[in-house]
Amino acid sequence: MSDRVEVLKTYKTYVGGNFPRTESGRYYKVYDGDDNILANACQCSRKDVRDAVVAARDAVEDWSSRSAYNRGQILYRIAEMLETRKAQFVDELETIGYKSKEAKAEVEAAVDRLIYYAGWSDKYQQVFGSINPVASSHFNFSMPEPMGVVNIWAPEESPLLGLVSVMAPVIVGGNSCIILASEKYPLSAVSFAEVLNSSDVPGGVVNILTGFRDELLEHMTTHMDVNAFFYTDTGISQEDRKQIDENGALNLKRVIRKPVEDWEAEDTQSPYFITDFQETKTTWHPVGF
Amino acid sequence: MADDQQTAEPVEEKPFKPSSPSSKLNFDGFWEYNDAPQSTDSIEIKDQYDLFIGGEFVAPEKDRYFDSVNPTTEEPLTSFAEATQQDVDKAVKAARKAFTKSWSTLEAKERGKYIFRLARLIQERAREFAILESMDGGKPIRESRDVDVPLAAAHFFYYAGWADKLDYAFPGKKAEPLGVAGQIIPWNFPLLMLAWKIAPALATGNTVVLKPAETTSLTALKFAELCRDAGLPEGVVNIVTGAGQTGSAIVNHDGVDKIAFTGSTEVGKIIKKSLAGTDKRYTLELGGKGPNIIFEDAPVDQAVEGIINAIFFNQGHVCCAGSRLFVQEGIADKVVQKLRDRMETLIVGDPLDKNTDIGAINSEQQYNKINEYLELGVSEGADMYQASCELPEKGYFCRPTLFTNVGQSNRIVQEEIFGPVLTIQTFRTAQEGIDKANNTPYGLAGGVWTDKGSKIFNVSGKIRNGVVWANTYNQFDPTSPFGGYKESGEGREGGLQGLYPYVKLK
Repeated sequence: MSDRVEVLKTYKTYVGGNFPRTESGRYYKVYDGDDNILANACQCSRKDVRDAVVAARDAVEDWSSRSAYNRGQILYRIAEMLETRKAQFVDELETIGYKSKEAKAEVEAAVDRLIYYAGWSDKYQQVFGSINPVASSHFNFSMPEPMGVVNIWAPEESPLLGLVSVMAPVIVGGNSCIILASEKYPLSAVSFAEVLNSSDVPGGVVNILTGFRDELLEHMTTHMDVNAFFYTDTGISQEDRKQIDENGALNLKRVIRKPVEDWEAEDTQSPYFITDFQETKTTWHPVGF
Repeated sequence: MADDQQTAEPVEEKPFKPSSPSSKLNFDGFWEYNDAPQSTDSIEIKDQYDLFIGGEFVAPEKDRYFDSVNPTTEEPLTSFAEATQQDVDKAVKAARKAFTKSWSTLEAKERGKYIFRLARLIQERAREFAILESMDGGKPIRESRDVDVPLAAAHFFYYAGWADKLDYAFPGKKAEPLGVAGQIIPWNFPLLMLAWKIAPALATGNTVVLKPAETTSLTALKFAELCRDAGLPEGVVNIVTGAGQTGSAIVNHDGVDKIAFTGSTEVGKIIKKSLAGTDKRYTLELGGKGPNIIFEDAPVDQAVEGIINAIFFNQGHVCCAGSRLFVQEGIADKVVQKLRDRMETLIVGDPLDKNTDIGAINSEQQYNKINEYLELGVSEGADMYQASCELPEKGYFCRPTLFTNVGQSNRIVQEEIFGPVLTIQTFRTAQEGIDKANNTPYGLAGGVWTDKGSKIFNVSGKIRNGVVWANTYNQFDPTSPFGGYKESGEGREGGLQGLYPYVKLK
């Protein structure tokens, strides 16, 4: 047996393509399946949310004007990077109590989900866009366009597959996002940020924070420069649900709620998850000489 | 090459003969129009209208009625029932009963045939509807006759055909109706907005409780007559009249599955807030401050017509009105001069005169609001220019108005005025124009004017609006989705996309 002391990873956040600690300096302890301490995760604050929104807003113009083909390739690249680090993610899931078979299944499903949405990048526009046969002498067409900046709560369970499942449909459509990782199991999310960082995803397109839902609910749902809020929690209290909706009314933030129990179920991937974060733009032009 | 030059014949100079003696139109004294009034002889307006619930016209529980004023004469035109909580309750129950007993069990193609009937009945009584619309709301007869009513009929005709084709509308999913839709519509396009709401709701198998605006309920109650004439099963369409409280009773009613609202952003936010924590679906079609961007390479004369249409159509009571004009610097003086010239030719007056371009402001309240904004604009330091036309002595009329020398932060640039008031700003680069255009919380509609195709696609792609009119403005069609980004609303109306808010997908 070697005497070598293992090098432990510091789990930080992912904002604007960098890995800063929370500006608040606060942390919370993350435990493994046997209640041993695994890491000190950042307990992010309102300021971290605001910084992340700035990064996401800065990123959205470039990201949304990339070609659909390019976005598709970048999503595919994320899948490639995740596949090559499968062992790391399986290990990480095992430390929080996954059986190795379950852990492997979750990582593989996450890779496949990325591939699924990568393939949609240049197709949902054709399926959901339209040419409209108006009665006047005009050419008229409607196209889905990204909403902009989306705040997301990643699911509490399925810390990797859940995260990928809520992120991929949002960004494949040209949005940028701020994701609050699973509160209880934030480590896969932070490790996934390393995958994103090596996958040609421009900085700021995906930002990942860790912290407490209770504390960040207000900051993530009241921010006036955020276009949509997305969550899939099944156990949310009626009070919180109402608060999220009410905060959405401040700037007509689209509140997308899709309660999901089992992220491995077939119906948890769908092009309708993409169109939930799209606006339809209709353009008219006269036809003539 | 040199040979070519040598053999070229010297061109004989011919005197230029314009087709008209002067290239400048002369507006001094010529171009008089005679009165061309639309007759109202065949129009019947009762003194009082009841609610339409469960297929019958019924008096309101509290027996209260309120006057509806003709904004041209400032005289009461008729009165409408004020629906209170109990009446709304009755209407929702009637709609629920119709949903479960008749409408959702009816074969889809038969459902469609009823909606086709409604389209045809509107067409048959089109002129009557147009006249009523102009009397009740003040809009020029030319617009109600040529735009509002035909489009309303077309809307029913379009959605009628969808009723038995919904399997083709949502790939991979099966669409089911939601149940009872509560719908609240504004006063600017009363019948057309009714059509936008009712047609897709019925086509997808929902039943409806609709509240028209309190100043313009007449055509909705006439439409109720059509529902009876069409033999539409009772309770499928219910119409309750009243003001904000009636609307709020609909929004907060437990028996309603979906809310569709068109109106101001302010009220839209209140509605969204009151729906918080419920499972009710909703669509909101809210305010706007439409940018209309004119590039130097635009066809200027067409653009000027487009600008006029964008802001003065329906007295500017249009949520998608092009109320913020952005002109590229090089042509700004020319465009403003041409706009002023064109504004001088606009006829403001009797909505029932077929020559009228700009009718009456819909209500005294709106008239006062517009005038407050005019004063505000001047006090904010902007330069105001108004057409010199004479206004009728009676009625709520407003001169077409331009503001120049305005800044991005002026309230008249940021806030929706909902009247014939245009602000004009300039820009140098395309990017500056786009940035200024996007610099409001609204995102409903806008215009781009340039003869360069590539520029149209680039600019229209960057404007954060649900509708972009390129080298045109204020075009509408039932097949064309309409709706806003940002604080201009949620969801789309019209087209295939307009079905989505009325179904759940399985």
